[in-house]
Amino acid sequence: MSDYRLREYTGFEEIVGPIFLIRNIHNVGYNELVEITDEKGRTRIGITLEVGKEFAVVEALGGTSGFSLRNCRVKFKERPLSIGVSEDMLGRVFDGLGNPLDGMPKPVYEHAMNVNGLPINPTARDYPKNIIETGISAIDVMNTLVRGQKLPVFSGSGLPHDLLATQIARQAKVADERFCVIFAAMGVKYDTAQFFMRSFRESGVLERVAMFLSLADSPSIERLLTPRLALTCAEFLAFEKDLHVLVIMTDMANYCEALRELSTIRGEIPARKGYPGYLYSELAGLYERAGMVRGKRGSITQLPIVTMPNDDITHPIPDLTGYITEGQIVLERELNNRGIYPPIAGLPSLSRLMKDNIGSGMTRSDHPSLASQLFACYAHVKDIRALASIIGEEELSPLDRRYLRFGDEFERRFLSQDPAQRRDLEEGLTLGWDVLSLLPPDELVRVKEEEIKMHYKKRT
Amino acid sequence: MLVAGKVFRVSGPVVEVEGVRGVRMLDMVEVGREHLIGEVVRLKGEHAFVQVYEDTTSLKAGDPVYSTDAPLSVELGPGLIGTIYDGIQRPLEVIYEQEGIFIQRGMRTRPLSREKKWSFLPKRKSGDRISGGEVIGEVQETSLILHKVLCPPEVRGTLIWVADAGEYHIDEKIAVVEEAGESREVFLHQRWPVRNPRPIKAKRPIEVPLLTGQRIIDTLFPVAKGGCVAVPGGFGTGKTVTQHQIAKWSDADVVVFVGCGERGNEMTDVLMNFAKLIDPRTQKPLLERTIFIANTSNMPVAAREASIYTGITLAEYYRDMGYHVALMGDSTSRWAEALRELSGRLEEMPLEEGFPAYLPSRLAAFYERAGNAETMSGERGSITIIASVSPPGGDFSEPVTSHTKRFVRCFWALDKDLANARHYPAISWTSSYSEYIDDIKGWWFAHVDREWVALRYLVMDLFQQEERLSQVVKLVGPDVLPQKQRLVLETCALFKNAFLQQSAYDAVDTYASPKKQFLMLKTILEFYQQAGKLVQQGISIEELRILPVYKDMIRMRFKYTEEMLEELARLPQRVRQSLEELSF
Repeated sequence: MSDYRLREYTGFEEIVGPIFLIRNIHNVGYNELVEITDEKGRTRIGITLEVGKEFAVVEALGGTSGFSLRNCRVKFKERPLSIGVSEDMLGRVFDGLGNPLDGMPKPVYEHAMNVNGLPINPTARDYPKNIIETGISAIDVMNTLVRGQKLPVFSGSGLPHDLLATQIARQAKVADERFCVIFAAMGVKYDTAQFFMRSFRESGVLERVAMFLSLADSPSIERLLTPRLALTCAEFLAFEKDLHVLVIMTDMANYCEALRELSTIRGEIPARKGYPGYLYSELAGLYERAGMVRGKRGSITQLPIVTMPNDDITHPIPDLTGYITEGQIVLERELNNRGIYPPIAGLPSLSRLMKDNIGSGMTRSDHPSLASQLFACYAHVKDIRALASIIGEEELSPLDRRYLRFGDEFERRFLSQDPAQRRDLEEGLTLGWDVLSLLPPDELVRVKEEEIKMHYKKRT
Repeated sequence: MLVAGKVFRVSGPVVEVEGVRGVRMLDMVEVGREHLIGEVVRLKGEHAFVQVYEDTTSLKAGDPVYSTDAPLSVELGPGLIGTIYDGIQRPLEVIYEQEGIFIQRGMRTRPLSREKKWSFLPKRKSGDRISGGEVIGEVQETSLILHKVLCPPEVRGTLIWVADAGEYHIDEKIAVVEEAGESREVFLHQRWPVRNPRPIKAKRPIEVPLLTGQRIIDTLFPVAKGGCVAVPGGFGTGKTVTQHQIAKWSDADVVVFVGCGERGNEMTDVLMNFAKLIDPRTQKPLLERTIFIANTSNMPVAAREASIYTGITLAEYYRDMGYHVALMGDSTSRWAEALRELSGRLEEMPLEEGFPAYLPSRLAAFYERAGNAETMSGERGSITIIASVSPPGGDFSEPVTSHTKRFVRCFWALDKDLANARHYPAISWTSSYSEYIDDIKGWWFAHVDREWVALRYLVMDLFQQEERLSQVVKLVGPDVLPQKQRLVLETCALFKNAFLQQSAYDAVDTYASPKKQFLMLKTILEFYQQAGKLVQQGISIEELRILPVYKDMIRMRFKYTEEMLEELARLPQRVRQSLEELSF
């Protein structure tokens, strides 16, 4: 190491929130690692946000509490922030800055990687293929998850997104390949983190999970780093160790809040709702780290959880997320209130990569048309329900009443399943035809006639 | 290389440089020891502000900045087609081979291959007078594209030497032009600054549709060759699929596909698909007429800003050869956001939603580079811009959408409700429009049928009626409406299912020729007219629905391939017959 070159400086000019300004320094690079030691000898790390002639603006990732203008010592490490990575990180719990939280020593690292990552060359990407069977029909049949996909869960406070995420992590099945989960918690409550840890432990998957926990009481600025650590670790496992990695990040809203906080302190010009104009690029920098690449066996699949402030899907956070990710799973409060789990909303949920990964040779030949037909019929149910609430169910035509029955059965039998139940794809598809058969075959214009002959269940 | 100054301050992609001399606005400079590429966007005293097209991590105050003494330019020559570039024309395939899966910084790769030899055929001889934009010779670039080697726009004079037919590198001299004692060498490639439009002789009126094979587009909201379209839609409404469909099926000679700030996997999808897909008109792989520019959302933001200029300059180059070029921009909102981010870093005064005041003028200048042109060599070429817009929250009143509307004459509004019901393409028939109908109806008259315009308006009128009636239906249900009005609803529903919906993933349905579109349109309207007579006689709509010919209409988009159009042409007649039989 070239540590002998590292100079140490003392004294800041200004401290505002988590950032400080330091002058009379030389040779400091933009976006590089800084080590700050306060009066009591505690060390924290930071990153240069802006550098200029003889000055630098630094964000202290552990917050600035306890700092004074005169007595802190600062070291500029002349390299970007990096994290040591190793396969031994699986089964371990770390804090938001990558220090072990489970009382064990730091794993022996294979090498260090820059946490900012580098953009994947679009020509190096391999198109995501092979589905991940989650054992949840609403996902497998209607919004299939694919290896290398980024599929966020849009939720609201009080909805069971955590339960859903653990169910997916527990049940996810990747045929004949090594599989692991990386869990990044940003600003979530201790209970939530405990809930995840407990359910991983109970289902015996803990040894293939690495957890990065930046809890609600940690400095908010730390959240900006946590997902980067998790994704760097994921890149190592996927592209160097050939593992299939599922990255669960919760809650992206807290990440964005931290970004807004920092941006406001820096006096930047806000775009929408006070969020900085670069929120899109910033989120893309995280989400685009999912994928598969040519010549590597591993993959990174992302399942970010976004709680929509006030259930508003047009809020900048879910909105920009939706523009980057390949679809979304939307949880619906109304379904949840009616006791339906998982409350996955039928219409706004979407998996963009599904189309190329289902059908004959991949899942089952009737899967695409069945999914499309279920979507279409369920959309019609919504119209009829609106009409029924005005004119009353009795006034509806017999066909419309059959649609209402279909809607109820679809929700009660097809969507609903127990959080502990693993319903495989075949079973889900059969159940789909089951409820679809409540409608007359003439109504089913999106499925082929042969498929109707084969799967439609005649009733007496 | 000349040192032009030293780094003074670094803030993300914007770098302030001190002590600059002899640097012009929009000059390209190289920043730091890694020679990161940047462009001068503001000059103030001895300070210059540079937007850097690569990640600026580890850049320090005091690092050298080098001048290139030229504006940001692209390299134009054979070898562009089929290549995938980033926003500043670096070939991503080559970078992948050299650097592996991640894009490292400071990569210097020439956009066009220096090794490959092209077979050049001269078309002019020594002693000829020549001026900028005229054809000197030809190179067969791909099996689809005959690359015309053009005299650079700023060169004119007498040809004193032209290379013989033979194999040449793009760096080799192929002609020498002399004017007033000064001679200029012309190579197989030339450079052009991306921010300046390439010259043309004149703009010409728009007359011919850009056929896309997409029924709702060609029949209801057509775009013309040389026109501009905006495709706005919230996420998940199918902007990108629409763009892909047009890139695949449109009858443009050359397609420039600019993925500006969008998903990496989408570019992979396009690349893999285009290598496999065969152009239905020419039976050749689509890759042989397509240029890709991929600046995905996680690639540096300043290069995203440059990517649409790189794209349109490449488009102009092929237009100058007399080709019809379609430029797909996905998405201009990401470009506008890049503009906003850079503007913020430059501490400029923000306007609505933080966008800079020059957003509309930049948009206008971009869309004006489209058009139907008479090229410098007297040929006809055109650029059609199909730009998607990603309005935040799907709200079309936001600045990028509303400003874009001022500069385009065709608008395909993607509708969230349609997309939710998986009605694709989710182009709304109530809020979309096209101002090109009068310009291109002559083409439909001459090539398809004189009835086209009349039938089109008839359909639009039915949809207007449906819009009003559906308000009533929402309140009281369809059963109380008189049969005649229910027939309007029924016809519109038929029209939506059998005509407007078009599956991008069905081998037959994915493309419909103008002829097929017209026959389908005619069939449905024939049904409407005949059924109108029947319902007056008291025959119910349910009776019509169970007719075999009704089912035939529902499935006609899948059933009749382009080879079966004669059979489809008999369908209107069959509809009439089987409905007439009912009335007896």
